[in-house]
Amino acid sequence: MTSLRITNVHLVDPETQTVTLGSLTINNGRISGADTADTLLDAEGQYLAPGIVDIGAKVCEPGERHKESFRSAGLAAAAGGVTTLVARPDTKPSVDSPETLEFASRRAQANCIVHSYQMAALTKGRLGREMTEIGFLQDAGAIAFTDCDAVITDNKVLSRALTYASQLGALIIGHPQDPSLSKGASATSGKFASLRAIPAVSTMAERLGLERDLAMVEMTGAKYHADQISTVQALPALERAKAQGLDVTAGINIHHLTLNEFDVANYRSFFKVKPPLRSENDRLAMVNALASGLIDTISSMHTPQDEESKRVPFEQAASGAVALETLLPAALRLYHAEQLSLPQLFRALSLNPARRLGLTSGRLAVGAPADLILFDPNIPFVLDRYKLKSKSKNTPFDGQRMQGRVLATFVDGKKVYQL
Amino acid sequence: MQTKHLLGIEPLHPHQITEILDLADQYAQSNRSKAPINDVLGGCTQINMFFENSTRTQASFEIAGKRLGADVMNMSMKASSINKGETLIDTAVTLNAMHPDLLVVRHPHSGAVDLLAQKVDCAVINAGDGRHEHPTQALLDALTIRRSKGRLHRLNIAICGDIAHSRVARSNLILLGKMENRIRLVGPATLMPSGITEFGAEVYHDMNEGLKDVDVIMMLRLQSERMDGGFIPSEREYYHRYGLDTAKLSNAKEGAIVMHPGPMNRGVEIDGEIADDLSRSVIQEQVEMGVAVRMAVMNILMRSRREAAQEAML
Repeated sequence: MTSLRITNVHLVDPETQTVTLGSLTINNGRISGADTADTLLDAEGQYLAPGIVDIGAKVCEPGERHKESFRSAGLAAAAGGVTTLVARPDTKPSVDSPETLEFASRRAQANCIVHSYQMAALTKGRLGREMTEIGFLQDAGAIAFTDCDAVITDNKVLSRALTYASQLGALIIGHPQDPSLSKGASATSGKFASLRAIPAVSTMAERLGLERDLAMVEMTGAKYHADQISTVQALPALERAKAQGLDVTAGINIHHLTLNEFDVANYRSFFKVKPPLRSENDRLAMVNALASGLIDTISSMHTPQDEESKRVPFEQAASGAVALETLLPAALRLYHAEQLSLPQLFRALSLNPARRLGLTSGRLAVGAPADLILFDPNIPFVLDRYKLKSKSKNTPFDGQRMQGRVLATFVDGKKVYQL
Repeated sequence: MQTKHLLGIEPLHPHQITEILDLADQYAQSNRSKAPINDVLGGCTQINMFFENSTRTQASFEIAGKRLGADVMNMSMKASSINKGETLIDTAVTLNAMHPDLLVVRHPHSGAVDLLAQKVDCAVINAGDGRHEHPTQALLDALTIRRSKGRLHRLNIAICGDIAHSRVARSNLILLGKMENRIRLVGPATLMPSGITEFGAEVYHDMNEGLKDVDVIMMLRLQSERMDGGFIPSEREYYHRYGLDTAKLSNAKEGAIVMHPGPMNRGVEIDGEIADDLSRSVIQEQVEMGVAVRMAVMNILMRSRREAAQEAML
């Protein structure tokens, strides 16, 4: 394999929290310390950062390949600068046995042009009754365990699953939410939801769910990552757990960082996500929590939905949005608003998720995998959803002005995308 | 009125509301005197699409359309292809291909009428969408108040009962607020929508206090599915605390009027004696004004459509 040296480039290093003009060499799929290479690439002052590690994208295989496949998700990820995609198990059927896991992994291996890891369900069928074969699944390559938005309500079941998982050192990803409060809700309680008369859930439901999960973590010693924290009320609990030394991290979805409940406007179902969009007050608090490091990761929560499930009255519409390709341009809004620096963004997009999953990527250090993105943070464009590479086009950013695009994506040193 | 549809009270300006009410007042007179009415909707096709059961609203829209000369067709959507899995948008596109002039739509989901209106070329009137809005009901209530009180501003108006689940309450709250009235919301906390303190209305949980010196009392129907202990402990406790009876009514101003959008639950939210007392209750008049208001809305929408079409030809 030939080596490549990218010169005249701003290196965004989340480990050192610096941006420096310099060059970087890729050799044999890894970042090398060498000063010379077979090929030189003048980046003309653009930016190079570790590729995004996205925890929790839904690929829809097995079961709903008309919405997304490993092939289309991989293309979308590469175009969006996501070099590692961590697939959710909330497929049809759920990835809850070594057999389904092997199927999904095989499909990913054959079709996905970026790295792909598979998460497995924590309980069989994500029904919250019996734990899955956590050991077998781990052997087959499951990188984390989650029932996604199907919250386990039986505390006995959850405590046993967490206890069993913790002896194996497995990472558990929880969805902090009280399902009895949030049942049927598609907005956040408050004036807007009342004006539009959309069934709503109090932000307290997230705190209740998180407090319960954290008590369980304290009890069982499990390794826990909250998939999406989106409300002010949940932050003190998270802060307390971290101060206490529990093995706890938290993430946020790109939509909760960049949109608020008013974006739903006249019942625009493409803005229906789970949990529902929050108030602007909540959003700003989340941006601050991300800057301070209280919230560790940003994910896409990529959830493809076809037109049939979105083009219906708001209450009946399916939740979720595609986001692999819009994750970076949307996140760059926070950079342009001077709320987060580029190294802070990539700490949450690349470094922290990689670390949490035990991967060596997400860094610019010598010896790390050459999973890299070359991007221009300033290039403006208007998003056209029909140009997305995902099979599903349900993005809330359609027609919006965005700033910042991926110019090239490298996975293990190989260029998988070029604008 | 420049608008193409009537989807809710929220987008209307106060002067548009007054324009509708003025015209409706004329129709109310001519309806009573049986005077001949100009066939402004002659040759127009009006389709009533009710995805939710309704007797009085559907009949009111049908009569209003027929009085103005429209060809009215009623579609009971419960029995139609909706049950065969056809989406609302497919239904809209199919109907649109038949070129109706006016669609009157009621749907059990908030925002559904709005969605449908985006997909058709004709005028759409919202006849109630979920818990969201019921604009013609608010307009007919406003007309009833104006005729009885002589004005539609600076009145003390109490809206009582299940505010959270009521589209009538929401549309009235918006309309009466736009016309600069002082609004009180009276009911148990479990039946108040979230964020209610930001609506600019005063909230009362004690009905006797809430009715003190009001000019207008609007009662709401308590849906039977709310009575099962989920939102209120029991029907009898609700009637005791929030049912309108003579004792509670005595707190209101002398000559205060009592309104109800119907159908009533006597002995749940209102005492039968008050409901049937024509010196206090204007419930019959509300029904009468319903036809007049709907005629006015249809006339204005059709006129603005014709004007828009003429402009397009020029």
